[in-house]
Amino acid sequence: MLRLPPYRYHRPRGVQEALELLALHGDEAMPIAGGTDLIPNMKHRLFTPGELVALGGIEAMRGVERGEGGELRIGAGETLAALGRSALLMGELPALAAAARGVAGPQLRNRGTLGGNLCLDTRCTYYNQTAFWREALGYCLKKDGDVCHVTKVGAKCVAAHSADTPPVLIALGAGVEVAGPDGVREVGVEELFVADGVRNVRLERGELVVRVRVPGTGEGLRRLTGYAKLRQRGSIDFPLLTVAVAVWLDEEERVAAIRGVVTGLGSRPRVLSGWEAIAVGEPWSDQLFPALAERAHAQCRPLENMTTDPDWRRAMVPVYVRRALEGVG
Amino acid sequence: MTRLATHEIIRLEVNGDDRVAGVPTHFTLLETLRYALGLTGSKQGCDKGDCGACTVLLDGVPILACITPAWEAEGRAVTTVEGLGTPERPHPLQDAFDRWGAGQCGFCTPGMLCSAAALLDRTPEPSLDDVKEALAGNLCRCTGYTKIFDAVLDAAGVRGGGPGADNGENEGGDAG
Repeated sequence: MLRLPPYRYHRPRGVQEALELLALHGDEAMPIAGGTDLIPNMKHRLFTPGELVALGGIEAMRGVERGEGGELRIGAGETLAALGRSALLMGELPALAAAARGVAGPQLRNRGTLGGNLCLDTRCTYYNQTAFWREALGYCLKKDGDVCHVTKVGAKCVAAHSADTPPVLIALGAGVEVAGPDGVREVGVEELFVADGVRNVRLERGELVVRVRVPGTGEGLRRLTGYAKLRQRGSIDFPLLTVAVAVWLDEEERVAAIRGVVTGLGSRPRVLSGWEAIAVGEPWSDQLFPALAERAHAQCRPLENMTTDPDWRRAMVPVYVRRALEGVG
Repeated sequence: MTRLATHEIIRLEVNGDDRVAGVPTHFTLLETLRYALGLTGSKQGCDKGDCGACTVLLDGVPILACITPAWEAEGRAVTTVEGLGTPERPHPLQDAFDRWGAGQCGFCTPGMLCSAAALLDRTPEPSLDDVKEALAGNLCRCTGYTKIFDAVLDAAGVRGGGPGADNGENEGGDAG
């Protein structure tokens, strides 16, 4: 039995009311959407907020709509289950729908949200454990201690970014609307993350991700997306590695632009470098895949921050890059 | 800082009944069901969202009660395994689980039944893959899942003629 630390539960009906509650309670408050990551973490005493501000009742954070220029605007409060079966997403951004369907198991997707997946805490073998387990080890750099059990010497936390949807959103060049005490600001999903395992999401205290904006395809272009996920059990687990791909083709089916993003390895998603030089201007075909996969393999070096062998995870990088490329649609 | 728990009155609709209880404000839905309302059918397994033994339906949708704050269920319909059927009038899934031997130790069964009931409401004639996907978040360490899948397909009428079907073997409520 894992008991929660005491907290009070607030259920605002609007974004403004939520922001006011967060401001009022300051460091004592945390926002909670589906709670599928936060509640287990609270049970492990990784977070002990005295006030929880629940976002589930905020209608303004729901809905999937089309904006100008083919832009898609997705409410951060949409559940992963709803996005995974959205006909609009499955038609236009199949990789995003697949990533949403690939998160955890069905009950967790019924509660977990896109905004929560974007703000997911980093994970590590030495962090996602009970308070008892962590105390026995002397705690770690990310929480309550000063030693990293992964690198042994490092002063920097290397807990892994482990969310499925951000790599797809980064490949697409998507952004988020962040509401805070000073109004709404927009930030690219790529810029939302920093390589710091302690806290890898660049949100100020009291800010909320309210909406995700995926830009339109662009004049005269066709956009394909692909996604592949490595995990221990195909039905439920966090990623050990995910690969997201977005390709833009011109009218002659030549590559106009291409972006690949991997995550599950380091503290932030990694945008793969060198892909444009390999593929842009070339006819789109599987002839390109070995070079793209090899380029990805050369730049990914996983650490021992998960229970599986880092060498094996590294060897899987080109395999999953090929699978993501082969599966684009 | 040590915080003291405070209690509040919670009103829930559980299995069609209006229920009222005083619970600590940090109780999960599972703790409320088991320790305030006496509904111990939903099981407390891993208690951190991994195993699915605590699965209940919130407005007909399977969720994990062990990681759902109780207040999230206010104003919504909660269905637990106790609400699916009775010993005299079991849910078709309960009858099929019995006949197929789909439960061994039985600990995962209430959660399996809730996930499966939601599937059959949504998809009355599921494929084997539909069943596997719907039960992906419910772990069973005894059965190897095969008989559970068979039982769900049987209850849906997709697969008939299973053990004990229409041959009187099941009379008296003891499938052995």
